[in-house]
Amino acid sequence: MLLRHTPKEIKERKVLAINPAKTCQPIGAMYAALGIHGCLPHSHGSQGCCAYHRSTLTRHYREPIMAATSSFTEGASVFGGQANLLQALLTMFTTYDPDIVAVHTTCLSETIGDDVNQIVKKAYKDGTIPKGKHVIHTSTPSYVGSHVTGFSNMVKSMAVQLAEKTGRANGKLNIVPGFVEPSDMVEIKRIAGMLGIDSILFPDTSGVLNGPLTGKFHMYPKGGVSIKALKSIGDSRGSIGLGEWASADAVRALDAQFKVPCQVQDLPIGLLATDRFVDALRIAAGVSVPDAVTQERGQLLDVISDMQPHLYGKKVAIAGDPDQVIALTEFLVTIGMKPVHIVTGTPGKAFIKRIKEITARFGDDINVKCPGDLFLLHQWIKNEPVDLLICNTYGKYIARDEDIPFVRHGFPILDRIGHSYIPTVGYKGGLHLLEKILGVLMDRTDRDAPEERFELVE
Amino acid sequence: MTGERTHTVNPEDIKKEILAKYPPKVARKRAKQITPVTSDEKDGLQVGANVRTVPGIITQRGCCYAGCKGVIMGPTRDIINLTHGPIGCGFYSWLTRRNQTRPPSDDAENYMTYCFSTDMQDEDIVFGGEKKLKAAIQEAYDIFKPKAISIFSTCPVGLIGDDVHAAAREMKEKLGINIFGFSCEGYKGVSQSAGHHIANNTIFKHVVGLDDTVMDAKYKINLLGEYNIGGDGFIIDELLNKCGIELVSTFSGNSTVDQFANCHTADLNAVMCHRSINYVADMLETKYGIPWIKVSFTGPTSTINSLRKIAAYFEDQELIDRVEEVIAEEMIPVEAKIKEVKERCQGKTAMMFVGGSRAHHYQELFRDIGMKVLSAGYEFAHRDDYEGRHVIPDIKVDADSRNIEELTIEKDETRYNPRKTEEEMKALEEKGYPFKSYDGLIPEMNAGSLIIDDISHHETETLIAMYKPDIFCAGIKEKYAIQKHGIPMKQLHSYDTGGPYAVFKGAVNFFEEIDRMLNANIWQYLEAPWQKAPELSAKYVWE
Repeated sequence: MLLRHTPKEIKERKVLAINPAKTCQPIGAMYAALGIHGCLPHSHGSQGCCAYHRSTLTRHYREPIMAATSSFTEGASVFGGQANLLQALLTMFTTYDPDIVAVHTTCLSETIGDDVNQIVKKAYKDGTIPKGKHVIHTSTPSYVGSHVTGFSNMVKSMAVQLAEKTGRANGKLNIVPGFVEPSDMVEIKRIAGMLGIDSILFPDTSGVLNGPLTGKFHMYPKGGVSIKALKSIGDSRGSIGLGEWASADAVRALDAQFKVPCQVQDLPIGLLATDRFVDALRIAAGVSVPDAVTQERGQLLDVISDMQPHLYGKKVAIAGDPDQVIALTEFLVTIGMKPVHIVTGTPGKAFIKRIKEITARFGDDINVKCPGDLFLLHQWIKNEPVDLLICNTYGKYIARDEDIPFVRHGFPILDRIGHSYIPTVGYKGGLHLLEKILGVLMDRTDRDAPEERFELVE
Repeated sequence: MTGERTHTVNPEDIKKEILAKYPPKVARKRAKQITPVTSDEKDGLQVGANVRTVPGIITQRGCCYAGCKGVIMGPTRDIINLTHGPIGCGFYSWLTRRNQTRPPSDDAENYMTYCFSTDMQDEDIVFGGEKKLKAAIQEAYDIFKPKAISIFSTCPVGLIGDDVHAAAREMKEKLGINIFGFSCEGYKGVSQSAGHHIANNTIFKHVVGLDDTVMDAKYKINLLGEYNIGGDGFIIDELLNKCGIELVSTFSGNSTVDQFANCHTADLNAVMCHRSINYVADMLETKYGIPWIKVSFTGPTSTINSLRKIAAYFEDQELIDRVEEVIAEEMIPVEAKIKEVKERCQGKTAMMFVGGSRAHHYQELFRDIGMKVLSAGYEFAHRDDYEGRHVIPDIKVDADSRNIEELTIEKDETRYNPRKTEEEMKALEEKGYPFKSYDGLIPEMNAGSLIIDDISHHETETLIAMYKPDIFCAGIKEKYAIQKHGIPMKQLHSYDTGGPYAVFKGAVNFFEEIDRMLNANIWQYLEAPWQKAPELSAKYVWE
């Protein structure tokens, strides 16, 4: 057994985190920054933070993750990191010529209280930042929230620090896609496009972290939202933020500061959340939904209905980020499954309430914890076994020990491909997710069937 | 995409090209860490190393915590490794290094699949985290009843002044198990190397010497600086056992805390990764009288030399003969594989930028299949790893190194036991036996090659553009940036998903891997037909 020391008996833990279902803020900020075209993310802290974030993002996306660090030493930790950040900005703009540098802090620079805003102002004043180039910054203390919080903070900072209100409406709709895959961002843009909506999606890591192999390395790949587009988001007709945890702060800040009316929707994972997203798009942009979209919806519904016998009543354990887990749980309930153990590592009061609402039909029969960890999830599974586990790659240890069919979803996925190219949002994404779930469930049925019950047609 | 090879590139020109892109101050600093090898006369070549990385340069390096928790202590399976800090550090070092372990039974302790963290929150930063740390140790003890718990300090811990050592002492007394802390905050030192040092010193202080049981074996050694990446340690063990040599401990691949406690009973220390652990070998010699030698089990020739060195140390004909028999047997498949693979790899070129020893050790494997190393360097080595141990007295100790504790070690009053008398040592040395000797990477480098310490992304790009290597070796962060060029990239930290590559069996694996990477079909398909001949289709349309 790989997790041989995990006991069935659950002892309450007040302080010790075991097998976390989250990581720290800066990695989310780095990921978000990569969704701006021509951007070099910068980690203001020790070298290790940047190395760890780059490594994890690289393993998840299997793409170059270019980012720099302030390389704090003990001296910088005592005297402050201003000299390091100024040197870093000079080195980056001279050597790597980015259009924009997105600085995020770390627990180190936060604890010593570096004033990044003031340092960046000084760099503009000194000419360390060349004319026409930009530096944005966000505060991402690792000891608050999670990687999702860091993503949200960077997205909010890119919005409020780059947006300009000219007063001339651009007629566009802002969409903040949340901490999702580049494939999901492509799909969200495609759906908006099908409705004929001119949208600005930010951040947009498509074309950055799902790039082609061409024989040429591009430090700044073709994709990413342009600075020009980001500057104009203050003139947009509205904003839709997908996911309360990852996207709400940015669209609300735009509303407060630039009077761009905002709404926050769930991530469009699954039938109902996609319905709400499409409906929100329709209303916000004042357009009608074309038949092609309704057709895709109908196809997803068709497959769900066809496959009910394989789904109905099956128990599921889920761990992941709150926006994803809320939408996923709703999808599972929609298709007839029974999510019984639900964990997110990211704190947030609304989570448990939302999950309880979604799973209301099952009464109090549901285990849900926020913030919780994978150790607890595993213990719950030992006490009440499940038919399916949905989790990031770390779930594979539980899945193997307990012999549970396993679908990888979320961040990070370190041992499979596909997530950055094939979406799980939208109706098409729902179909893909359904195919993955049914694939592992039915493979299990085939594996375990006695010979006389091993059937050609299922 | 690899174009025509230009082996005659002058390394001085590459250095100039590299430096031209930097701000002047940065260029001056980097110049000291970039050393062209212009002729076969390499005496006096210097490589600046173990110095601060320029902020913003895009370095390969990680931090002190990564070196301590991830590299050195990561492979020890029966200690609960508790990270005291915000969640990230523990999360990123959770199962990501491919250091394999093989517990002896299904119920033997193995915590390597777990991640333990105090998950510090803002109130801990404000009010201090010691109380939380002690409570976390208690909870870990209550659930798991481990024999040892170690605590790893992350950046904020040092800054807010949590005394992890006091917490460890208190809980050790309370719980009656071994508990110790590492002051391995990420900002210490200039790279992972500081963390290696802190980890090894702490183990030396808190664990080594706790168990005096002497293993019943004729030839007992420790293997220092072997981390069992991809199972290297497993096949080294196998080979040594085949020769009749027993390992008392490995630092730290596939290790247990009990092995460390007992390591002072071995009769010889064989040092693999000089960088991460040579000081432990020195301390074990000073305190317990165990001599040390440098070995390498990367590449057949090095493996042969290392086995012979170990056998020669014990001066026992039976062992010497047995080693020769094993070598003869093991070399048969290696020679066959070299013959097969060399045909396809001969004349191709490689470069490697990793670690503190692999950029040196792996050169042999490439040479064996007829390949040439154009450029190499370490990520976190010190000058002695390039220039050889003779420079150690000349190395300037700067502020960053001074912050890393050096233990003052004296002879153990009761247990100091010189394994060989002074006369015996001298006699061996006179026969050319190389105790405590390491000549570093420089002797491996050909004229026309370039040594770069702590290589940056820009430097990597320049090397690729000017040298056009056929294969590049580095780490995960570099992997896809290089492969986008159409150049296969081999990870020499984690071995990608491959390995083991040590000793004879591993060499065969490595030759097959390099053959696969160089000769894979995929690199021919970078262009679509319409990209290869666009003018042709245009012409037809016009006509």
